Amino acid sequence: MKQNKLSYKIQQYLMFAGPGTILFLCVVIVPFVYGLYLTLTSWDGISATKPFVGFANFAAAFRDADYWHAMGRTVIYSVFAVVLINIVAFALAYLVTQGVKGQNFFRAGFFVPNLIGGIVLGYVWKFVFNRAFVAIFNSSSLLATTNGAMFCLILVSVWQYAGYMMLIYVAGFMSVSRDVQEAAMIDGCTSGQAMMNVTIPLMRSSFVQCIFLSITRCFVVYDVNLSLTNGEPFNSSVMAAMHVYNQAFTYKNYGLGQAEALILFLVCAIVGVTQVMVGKRGEVEA
Amino acid sequence: MTENEKAARQKKIAHIIMWVVLLVLFICFIFPFLLVIVNVFKTKADITSNPLALIGAHGFTLQNFPEAMKKMNFWTVFGNSLLITSCSTVLTIVVSSMTAFVIVRNGSWKVCTLMFSLMIASMVIPFQVLMVPLVSVYGGTLGVLNHRITLILMHVGFSVSMAMFMFHGAIKTNIPLELEEAATIDGCSRWQTYWRIVFPLLKPTVATVAIINAMAYWNDYLLPSLVLTKKELYTIPIATQAFYGTYSTDIGLVMAALLLAMLPILILYVFLQRYIVEGVTSGAVKG
Repeated sequence: MKQNKLSYKIQQYLMFAGPGTILFLCVVIVPFVYGLYLTLTSWDGISATKPFVGFANFAAAFRDADYWHAMGRTVIYSVFAVVLINIVAFALAYLVTQGVKGQNFFRAGFFVPNLIGGIVLGYVWKFVFNRAFVAIFNSSSLLATTNGAMFCLILVSVWQYAGYMMLIYVAGFMSVSRDVQEAAMIDGCTSGQAMMNVTIPLMRSSFVQCIFLSITRCFVVYDVNLSLTNGEPFNSSVMAAMHVYNQAFTYKNYGLGQAEALILFLVCAIVGVTQVMVGKRGEVEA
Repeated sequence: MTENEKAARQKKIAHIIMWVVLLVLFICFIFPFLLVIVNVFKTKADITSNPLALIGAHGFTLQNFPEAMKKMNFWTVFGNSLLITSCSTVLTIVVSSMTAFVIVRNGSWKVCTLMFSLMIASMVIPFQVLMVPLVSVYGGTLGVLNHRITLILMHVGFSVSMAMFMFHGAIKTNIPLELEEAATIDGCSRWQTYWRIVFPLLKPTVATVAIINAMAYWNDYLLPSLVLTKKELYTIPIATQAFYGTYSTDIGLVMAALLLAMLPILILYVFLQRYIVEGVTSGAVKG
């Protein structure tokens, strides 16, 4: 039969998956592997030779105090942002699924920040913090202080992602059938108890997903960081992704930058995967 | 008052409270946008003296728009964004749905299982890990940066795994194999079967993939800023960033530029709101 011939398989595969495979390999796999090699060199981005230095870049990355400060900051930022994003998103999702008048309008409205890129959002908020809030509260700008800049970054991220996570929680609320909640109420639960003991456990997969999405996004935050604070004041709001970018493209330490990017990726992947595994373990079905 | 009436009244009061809370939250959410819209019609001096006033002391002005448009090179930039977003989106759909088709229908082939696992695994790699080697290979060795087509192909390459995964699910669950067999018996080749029978049935997934990817491409900053460094190739996010860098003190112009950068997608959202919200939800829940 012709279906089993190797040439038929190759022809079929290339005809349908050829373009996708080639682009994927060229853009993702080749750079990834090549990036692993780059971490072993001390390339400056210009010269033709890439001197081989072994694991010196990783040693340098572990000694790079600025990098670990940026990493620590990213962890603090992510913890606050992830927790707040999910609380706000869950609350919004609850409010827009109670059958209030115009709830579809509100849903659409809360989603608006997601439509616009981080660069533009950052500049919009920069104006709000530097001009409007200064005028309202008659104080100096929050962005000018170390803690203030971090606070602003967290606030903007919560505002940016809450609407998106809200949509996932809304889908979660819809998937929990009214019957189960009503059964719980008839059995004597208050509506608060029904929420805590019935609805939320059944929505566990929504939580796992939202937390995963917000962690992976917050860990590599860049656009808003660049436009809102640009690392200032005194490099006190440089997040890990921005540090990696600067290390590679501004200071031309490509090998070191790549090694630091790889460490960032590993930390992010470990946190993300652990969270999903812990989250999935306790999943229940109705 | 009976128990029922009492409950109904309580429910009504609860709804009114929730509605008020929602309204307050909604105003907080759109406050930054409102502020931009209010200030875009004021002169620089008026914005500086009172950014909260509805109308500045020097009155209403439209002067900010034409100047910002000229300095930002708005129509060129807008055209670039539009071209790159639409080409990337169409290509992503075509390329990834075909890949998904061959992988679903020939799951036993080694190359298919290998590609599938590679693509799924690659979804956790953040862009930061790939950007340095990407610039070094395509900028240094091959020298193909500063072409819109390079950016388009890169966009497709980065999103093919996610889009493939979504089409994979759709083909596996929604397209009966019998349908394809019938088409084959009627004389369709695999190619014809795919384009005439399978692809038209994938419309809902196509819409989802299109919306998610188009939004991501339109708003992407980091990759385009690395690939396109010439001014005439800028997309909206890069142009906004460059504009802010040059004219940040001219706050009236900045307001106009920011509004111009947001306007296209907001207008689109007014018309396609239902589809966008649905698309993003189903994309997020499946992915």
